[in-house]
Amino acid sequence: MAPANTHQAKTQFGYRRHPDQDRSGQNPAEHPVVIVGAGPVGLSLAIDLAQRGQHVVLLDDADRIGEGSRAICFSKRSLEYWDRLGVGDRMVDKGVVWSVGRIFHGESQLYQFNLLPEDGHKRPAFINLQQYYAEAYLVDRISDLPAIDLRWRNKVTGIEQRNDSVALTIETPEGAYRLHGQYVIACDGARSSLRQMVGAEFAGQVFEDQFLIADVKMTAEFPTERWFWFDPPFHAGRSALLHRQPDDVWRIDLQLNRYADPVVEKKPENVRPRIARMLGHDKFEFEWISLYKFQCRRMDRFIHGRVIFAGDSAHQVSPFGARGANSGLEDAENLSWKLDRVLRRTSPASLLESYHVERSMAADENIRESTRSTDFMAPNSHQEARLRKAVLSLARETEFGKRMVNGGRLSVPCSYDSPLSSPDADAWRGGPLPGRSMLDAPIAGGSSYLTDAFRKDGTAFTLLSFDHGAPTEAPAGVKQIRIGEGGLADPNGIVAKRYDAEAGSAYLLRPDGYVAARFRHPTRDGVAAALSRAQGLN
Amino acid sequence: MPLSTNSNFARPDDAFRAIVEAHRGLTDEQSADFDAALVLILANHIGDIDVLREAIGLAKRRMVDSQQQQQQQQ
Repeated sequence: MAPANTHQAKTQFGYRRHPDQDRSGQNPAEHPVVIVGAGPVGLSLAIDLAQRGQHVVLLDDADRIGEGSRAICFSKRSLEYWDRLGVGDRMVDKGVVWSVGRIFHGESQLYQFNLLPEDGHKRPAFINLQQYYAEAYLVDRISDLPAIDLRWRNKVTGIEQRNDSVALTIETPEGAYRLHGQYVIACDGARSSLRQMVGAEFAGQVFEDQFLIADVKMTAEFPTERWFWFDPPFHAGRSALLHRQPDDVWRIDLQLNRYADPVVEKKPENVRPRIARMLGHDKFEFEWISLYKFQCRRMDRFIHGRVIFAGDSAHQVSPFGARGANSGLEDAENLSWKLDRVLRRTSPASLLESYHVERSMAADENIRESTRSTDFMAPNSHQEARLRKAVLSLARETEFGKRMVNGGRLSVPCSYDSPLSSPDADAWRGGPLPGRSMLDAPIAGGSSYLTDAFRKDGTAFTLLSFDHGAPTEAPAGVKQIRIGEGGLADPNGIVAKRYDAEAGSAYLLRPDGYVAARFRHPTRDGVAAALSRAQGLN
Repeated sequence: MPLSTNSNFARPDDAFRAIVEAHRGLTDEQSADFDAALVLILANHIGDIDVLREAIGLAKRRMVDSQQQQQQQQ
């Protein structure tokens, strides 16, 4: 494994000529998948597809990893995904692990929350890690995978949809060339040029309030927690956020008024006194300063012919809640196995439609949650401000008031109301419903985890079954994980409890770890029918 | 359970009076703050989003009615 101290992670890459560029415009190279944009989403998707045996061309218009910390909070779900991609340990080793948040109002604490209050999970609720580290580790991982052809300074300037492929025109330092992809995945960010090329709208809500992000380097004694203030003494009438990153870097986010002049406010000499007021000293250096307004919006359709949008190109949320990069990674894990099946012709192309259905549903949820947080932080009217004031004051003495205080609802996997799920036919009192993400749990007395067993030898459809005399035979191509007798030990019954399992219960998991169906008494035919449905075969 | 619009208090005048008295001596601004807190407390006590939405709908119809009245008067 790579050393934990990777401050020197490579972030600058060279352009290299590819033989595809020597082909005539009439006879361009054909590739199954072309991904545009080497950010966290494009990089992760490329690795996932390559691990499934697909050859991937990954294009990026720059030749370096972007500056500034940008996304910093990566969710448990994202870490579990990165475990499957072989980079989870490196991210967690470098990242700052946290699960506790505190909300303050004025001088005093209103309440604190723990996002992962139970033990027995391989990964924490969140890590904080500068986006450039995440990207550097993903690029490193790609260098182990010859099936990925990563081309820097390759800028897509034109697309043309055909019946069986997409023709791309790509600009490089040595001129333009053409390339055909059976599918093109646009992971080219909020200002996606591919989105403009397909002529899709990107409509939604623009929030007028401005927020100042300053990443500062300092040694400080604050705990590794997410601290959020409403109306703090150092920044009267507005909100503030303090969050730790690796390398003694701290993320500070200050709400400014909507009329603040961005050019003036971004000047370090103007930011410094604001931060000094907050920290009570000015022994810090700036790593990054940015001023932004929120937008919450999404594409109407994530699929345009053979061009599929994932991450910020498809949907954009406000940053409070860590729903941007994390939801983009969920897009990647949702799309990867489906695209792999379609390219192998083991599922019809219509399976891809479920990517749009499931992930646009998730985008709506993320937009709804982050819009509510933003409205709570920056009320739109006197009456909204009054209701917020009432909530904050009730929070001091009531439980319900605390739970209404919205300082950001942090990213959790969405629950899909999906055509791929088979509804419950049996009685269940708990456990993840069809359309929900699998839950982690310790196995063999805590020496390993269910998510490890799930990803071992590559993620595939998996039948998770609980001890029973005669195990249900899984259909061909379905992996089996048996818990209990004859399988992985669950001495304290924690796995069974999290899955509300009785002897003989079974869950059919999709390759992205979502529950497709569950059975109290699985039969071969019942499992086979749920599998066909989840594979888009009927 | 649907929103109850039957008369639920044995002595409705007492209930009305209690709310009126709570506002006595408050400025308009304070009254509005008070109402906001009271609405949130009562909404949580009801604890049923469908009932709350129905109640909001019933209250909202007053706004529509008063707008129509204003238009008729003009």
